[in-house]
This record gives sequence, C-alpha cells and structure tokens, in this order.
Amino acid sequence: MIAPLALAALAVALAWPVPLLLARAGWPARSPAAALVLWQAIAIAGGLSMIGALLTFGLAPFGPDLLTATRNLVTGEVDRIESWNALALCGAALLTGHLVLNLVLTVVRSERQRRRHEQLVRLLSSPHESGARLIDSPAPVAYCLPGALSSITVVSAGLLDLLDEGELRAVVEHEKAHVTQRHDVVLVAFRAWYASLPWFPIAFRAQREVGMLVEMLADDTARRAVPDGVLARAIVLVGAGQDRPLAEPEAAEWGGEASVTELGARLARLGRAPLPRAVESLVVAAAVLLLAVPTVLLALPVARALL
Amino acid sequence: MVGMATLGELERSIMELLWATDDNLSAYDLQEELADRKLASTTILTVLSRLENKGFVTRSRDARPHRYSAAATREEHMADLMHEVLGGASDRTAVLERFVGQVSPEEAATLRRLLGQ
Repeated sequence: MIAPLALAALAVALAWPVPLLLARAGWPARSPAAALVLWQAIAIAGGLSMIGALLTFGLAPFGPDLLTATRNLVTGEVDRIESWNALALCGAALLTGHLVLNLVLTVVRSERQRRRHEQLVRLLSSPHESGARLIDSPAPVAYCLPGALSSITVVSAGLLDLLDEGELRAVVEHEKAHVTQRHDVVLVAFRAWYASLPWFPIAFRAQREVGMLVEMLADDTARRAVPDGVLARAIVLVGAGQDRPLAEPEAAEWGGEASVTELGARLARLGRAPLPRAVESLVVAAAVLLLAVPTVLLALPVARALL
Repeated sequence: MVGMATLGELERSIMELLWATDDNLSAYDLQEELADRKLASTTILTVLSRLENKGFVTRSRDARPHRYSAAATREEHMADLMHEVLGGASDRTAVLERFVGQVSPEEAATLRRLLGQ
C-alpha cells in the first residue's frame, strides 16, 4: 500500500503547494530556462502520480506490481473486485482519457485557428525587409505564428512608425526566438492542462507563469542582438501603444494588474544577474528527481517482478 | 507552372482587385486586369477556387461565365485580424505569441517615466 499513498501525496503536493511556491518565487525571472524545465517536470510528474495513485490503488488486491496485477485481472484469476478498487480503476481510465482528449482537442483547435489566421495574414500583408510580413494597421503590434513547417513573423505599420531601427530589431529577434525555440509547443501543453483541469487552483497560474517565462526567454535572445536599454524601450513603447481590449471576462483576468506586472517583471529582470550555474544545475536536478519519483514508484515493482 | 510563393502573391493581387471594386468580376475580367503577368485563365480559375474554399471569395453562378466578388471588405478582414491579435477573443489569441501584453495609457506613462523617456 506504500506506492498508492506515496503517489497520492506527491500528486497533492504537485497540484497545489509546489506550483504555488514556484509561481511566487523571484528566481525564475533570473533563469527562465531552468524554471521552464521545472514547470514541465511538475506538470508531467503531477499527471503521472495522479493517474498512478489511482491505478496502483485499484490494482493492489490483484498482485504486488502493475504488470502481475493487470495480468491477473485480465485472465480472470480474480473473480471478485471490491467497489473501491473498481472505482479507482475507472477514475484512472477516465482521467487518462480526459487528459489525452483535451491535449488532442487543444492542439487541433489551435492548429485550425493558426491556419485561418495565417491565410488572413498572407492576404493582408506584404513582405518587409526585416524578413517579417507587414500589415497595414495603425496599432503597433508584432507577433509570430509558429508552425510545424513554416512560421511567420508579423509587424504592423504602426509599429514601424513607433520604433527606431534598433528597437525594431529587438522586437523581430524576440519573435524569431519564439519560433526557433518552439515555445508554442510548451504553451499548447500548458493550455491543454488548464483546459482539462480548469477547477485546479494552480492551472491558470501555471499557464500564465509559463507564458511569462517564454517571453523572458525570447527577451534574452533579443538581448544578444541589441543593448538592454534598446530592448527595454521596445517593451515599453509597444506595450504603451496598444489600447486595452474591450472588457471581456477572460480579458479581465489577463488585463489590469497582471499585464503591468508582467511588463514590469520583464523590465526589472534586465538589471539582475542570472542565477549562478551551480544553482541552475540544482533546479534541473530537482526537475529530474521530480520525474524520477513517480516513474520509479510505478516501474520498480514491475522491474523486480520481471528480474 | 506557378510556384507556391507566386500563388500566394497572386491570391493577394486578385483579392486587391476584388476589394477595389463594388462590382463582381469574371475570371476574364481579372485576366485582363492582370494582363502584364500573362496568366492563363485556368491559373486564375484555380486561384479563385482556392480563395472560394478559404471563404474569401463568393461565386455567383447565375450567369456564365461565373462572377466572383469579395466575401468581406479588406477593412472587415483587417478588423478581424486585429481583434485576434489584440486579445478581444482570448481563446483565439492563444495561437499567437505577442511581443507584449496590453497596458493602459496611465500604466504606460508610469513605465515611460521609470525609463526616463
């Protein structure tokens, strides 16, 4: 009974206190790459331990490890199943199905929207010398449409009016970093996590934190091309030029304080030194450990039975 | 043979022509307008049917040859695009990665002051 209990404890820890602490911590802004690895480890280990706890609990009466128990269950070695165990097994199956289905739905939906948006952009834009596509809009915007085969960076006429050459370079480099580092893949996974577990207190927060870390990573790439001051000016100018969107429920959640906090965080970190290498390595080691614990708890008895 | 890149450019040119007129145009009208590109009428019909499939062009089958018009104005499409980009539709903006989030003018002024601008 140790494995289900340990997995359940881990699941609870990763569902609430651990991500909450990470979301409140100050160091991720100094080392966004390491923090992003940790967030992904928390999400994967969290899902694994949640499903694993239900599965090991449900199968516990049928054998000492997952493999033997499943075999006994399938071959009918056991003629009777307690309702608690049956419930846990159903829960495991439902949760797995729910998570996978939401991931697939989120990916399909955003790919469809991306394609539609890309068609519109291609019709409404012309090539610009920076390698981006130029749309004829007075609102100063820059964004990228990351795709599996081709990606587009879009800048608006309003942006070109607003920024000087260096600032524009910062923006374009920032967008290119999103594309080359495939930030869309991480973001879609966390969006799917939020879509599957919207009642999870931390899922929304996690999605927002990950979104911010991705922006910081892209900023770091832009900093290699332009001085920090130029990037800072670009961040403020583009942020300032946009009008606040119409008040919608979701927009309200994102807008207001959160947005200025985000901008402020991106500016403030420019003056801070990155984490020391040794500390970064510790964070990555913690992420690996986090993934190893549920994996070992689930796989070790199986391995022992096979040997 | 028309390559992918030029196909995209051609779609844009044809949409510009359709957006510029209140009338609907036939493939032959468009061929005439784009005479300097020396395009075969089959090429134009291909591009038009691609645009129709994407929902940018509507075809009127009342007369022969069929006549084509823009499904929405350029401004309407641009408004749609900017709506997605600026976050009016929060789910749809999820596909984009924007340079920065939205800030109110007062917040922006504070930030500018902080930067000594």
